[in-house]
Amino acid sequence: MDFLTLLQVLDSTVRLATPLLLACLAGLFSERAGIFDIGLEGKMLAAAFFSAAIASITGDVWMGLGAGIAASLALSVLHGLASITFRGNQLISGVAINFLAAGLTVLIAQDWFSQGGRTPSLIGAGRFEAIILPGAQSLAGIPLVGPIYSELISGHSVLVYVAFAMVPLTWWLLYRTRFGLRLRAVGEAPEAVDTAGISVVGLRYVAVGICGILCGVAGAYLATALQAGFVKDMTAGRGFIALAALIFAKWRPWYALYACLLFGLLQAVALRYQNIDLGAFVVPVQFMDALPYILTVVILAGFVGKAIPPRAGGEPYVKER
Amino acid sequence: MDKMPGWADAVLVPLISLILAAILSALVIIGIGEDPIAAFKLMVDGALMRSSGWGYTLYYATNFIFTGLAVAVAFHARLFNIGGEGQAMIGGLGVALACLYIPWPNWYVALIGATVSAALFGALWALIPAYLQAKRGSHIVITTIMFNFIAAAVLNYVLVNVLRPQGAMDPATARFPEPTHLPTFQQMFSTAAEPMFRGAPANVTFFIALLACVFVWVLIWRTRLGYEIRAFGNSESAAKYAGISPVKITVVTMLISGGLAGMMALNTTMGEAERLVMNATEGAGFIGIAVALMGRSHPLGVLLAALLFGFLYQGGAELALWTNIPRELIVVIQALVILFTGALDNMVRMPLEKLFLSMRRTPKPDKRSAQTGPAE
Repeated sequence: MDFLTLLQVLDSTVRLATPLLLACLAGLFSERAGIFDIGLEGKMLAAAFFSAAIASITGDVWMGLGAGIAASLALSVLHGLASITFRGNQLISGVAINFLAAGLTVLIAQDWFSQGGRTPSLIGAGRFEAIILPGAQSLAGIPLVGPIYSELISGHSVLVYVAFAMVPLTWWLLYRTRFGLRLRAVGEAPEAVDTAGISVVGLRYVAVGICGILCGVAGAYLATALQAGFVKDMTAGRGFIALAALIFAKWRPWYALYACLLFGLLQAVALRYQNIDLGAFVVPVQFMDALPYILTVVILAGFVGKAIPPRAGGEPYVKER
Repeated sequence: MDKMPGWADAVLVPLISLILAAILSALVIIGIGEDPIAAFKLMVDGALMRSSGWGYTLYYATNFIFTGLAVAVAFHARLFNIGGEGQAMIGGLGVALACLYIPWPNWYVALIGATVSAALFGALWALIPAYLQAKRGSHIVITTIMFNFIAAAVLNYVLVNVLRPQGAMDPATARFPEPTHLPTFQQMFSTAAEPMFRGAPANVTFFIALLACVFVWVLIWRTRLGYEIRAFGNSESAAKYAGISPVKITVVTMLISGGLAGMMALNTTMGEAERLVMNATEGAGFIGIAVALMGRSHPLGVLLAALLFGFLYQGGAELALWTNIPRELIVVIQALVILFTGALDNMVRMPLEKLFLSMRRTPKPDKRSAQTGPAE
């Protein structure tokens, strides 16, 4: 494998890791606050559709992004209503949201565009264009550093940079602010937070809301930057890979970045090479597809470092009387 | 007395949830510019008014009975088996291997063999998540989701690289040999004068699904194991005190659950397609969640809910055929049913409880005096 091919694979890794990273951080906020969210997939899908639909109608990708975030937030509110206000089962609510998004997106797409559950292809300002970082052209000639800068770091859409910037931001928010401390506390010991006179319900709604915004950006990235338009079920399990990455990262932001890059790399390699011939045996493409899930099960099993979820995760908080 | 009567809990709550889901579905249909009443009539017409429609309704219902029972059994032990889809896929592999590589003399011996094989494969696919939950504390919801994806990859690999006949293009096995073909309702019930269930895929597996309902009822309410499962589901610590092993209950319950999900493949693979194709499960594993929630995890409830979803599926196909409403409407209805009967259960229950309380309120409104007063 030559240097340029390696760069191309890594470049594709960055593109494929971006939606995973955004969804993973979304899940991180929610689950750190004690609300399990297996509806990441559905929220991304709804955001993908509405961003592509509005972007294609208005011709403005930023309007699309806003619509995507709004759609994802609406589903977040539903999740919050079910799991915080009505103290329902968070997992079942997540399942319902996934199906709701899978069904409604196709239904509305068919009604609005009559193209078999897809949106028209986005062109021009309807898509996020690649940003060429300053100096990318002139530095490209420098050996090693030049191509890395111009090929790998420069030339992505703005949402990619947003996603990567979210990692330190999330870390800072969670570990260096009062809000972050409270957010983490509400996922570990909500009764303590309540005793301190802070609203458990309010904090959890905020966390679920942040989760909705980030999922919205992830979905919009899929439909308006990675691809040009919405197709049925276009998230293709990415929400669950993000969930896997979250567990793999043990609910920590920097590790989430590494996990998403790893899973992105697996996707990039599977996309480029199909079956990989290692000489002694052939690694089938299906194995590469399944690897994120297998790795997550191994991590969950605790054979390679145990993944312990937030203590109050999945349980509705009932105020003591 | 601060509880609703049993019948209200078992019938009224799911019924109201269902009505809410139906109203919202109707709004969705209006939203896309169609007439919900005409749509409903069309669904009833296509699914229930002709015997061939019933043939499809019962065919779909058979799938949902198996997957619904699978989820329901796990619910009794307070385990959420979201992996019915994967277990059914691997169950399909079991059916295919049994049908392709064992020379069966006739269909009923083949059916017994394939049933055992399907249940075994499905159960084995549930074993690892069950073991990890019981021994290592890994959350079963997450592991079963992961195992759905792994199952899809395994099935993809096996169909593309191992079981696909030479020269065939699509990833599917060869057709099963003649002796394994199951009698369809058309063959079973048609008379020379009057053909019934013409062309419908409903087959003898439906009766196995009914037997499975009886089996689950007996298991949960009439056996020692079922008692232990329910005790474990109600209170893990109390079950432990009573000498019930959490590891044993978790693993055994999930094996039964996985086995039931795996048996779903009998209907689709052996009964209908007569070969194993890539997407044989068609999401039935997930519909099992809606069915179990609506059926209150009771076999009778599961049967009724499965029939309802069978009707929705066949009716939805008719809608997609004759109107501008895509099949995905059913996915929306399914989502709403899961939402209202599962996640928003309390939204329906709380006002209903209040209503019942106010109806039986005696003329002493002071709560404290009611508590300390003599028992009613």
